[in-house]
Amino acid sequence: MECRDVVEAVTAYIEGDMSPEDRARFDEHLAQCDGCTNYLTQIRETIRLTGTLDAESLPPEQRTALQAVFLVWAADR
Amino acid sequence: MVSPDDLDLIARLRARDEAAFMGLVERLQPALIRVARMYVQSQAVAEEVAQETWLGVLQGIDRFEGRSSLRTWIFRICANIAKTRGQREGRSVPFAALAGDDLDAPALPESFFQGSDGPHPNAWSSLPADWTTFPQDRLEGSELRRVIGSAIEVLPPMQAEVIRLRDVLGWTSEEVRNALELTETNQRVLLHRARAKVRRAVEAYMESG
Repeated sequence: MECRDVVEAVTAYIEGDMSPEDRARFDEHLAQCDGCTNYLTQIRETIRLTGTLDAESLPPEQRTALQAVFLVWAADR
Repeated sequence: MVSPDDLDLIARLRARDEAAFMGLVERLQPALIRVARMYVQSQAVAEEVAQETWLGVLQGIDRFEGRSSLRTWIFRICANIAKTRGQREGRSVPFAALAGDDLDAPALPESFFQGSDGPHPNAWSSLPADWTTFPQDRLEGSELRRVIGSAIEVLPPMQAEVIRLRDVLGWTSEEVRNALELTETNQRVLLHRARAKVRRAVEAYMESG
């Protein structure tokens, strides 16, 4: 496995979507490559940072509209 | 599959619990509108589709059999309504338009690797930086969050939605596949592209400071 392959396989590696053989090759490459080790760390850090974004909040007029949908439905049974 | 939290939520919805419903609306509505927007022509129609989805959820909750997670089921309802609306509008959206035409492109430009004439073809031409040495205040600041948010916003819609659901909201790959009707491979490729582009945005920001 070469550095270029590691970059393209990094998501499969993190997701656990790899055959045991490919995983072993990936790990073997990492053990001797600082560049790829850094790249994997960068991707993990990217995932962590993305996870710190706030979920979007709901505009109040939509909340009111959907509350009305609920109340009509709940009253109807 | 249906989690204990889902079972509780389903029971509360069936019992006409307004707070339970509004909590769910709060969490899912923005994503539902975005998913609907992939198939219909305007934001206004997408909002109508999302509203229709919630009505469908309420009307269907007594019959919901729990063969998928609750939120997956809700997304499927939304996608179905949106696709029907889109077809009625005479709009057909090819998968490539949603997924982006760069799915086969490499995650990094050629120049990051040594060519066949280098001492180590396909190895790094210069090593990726060690991000653990970046200044913490810059890494944890709100400006970087805005940079990441903007990087996600400009992704093709399906790439943006996959990374939002997976990495912002923490859904499992199975849920995302089911909600967005993606194959295992497509889900992973979309996520791969999206993360690679967000990584580059983070790198550019950190190196500019």
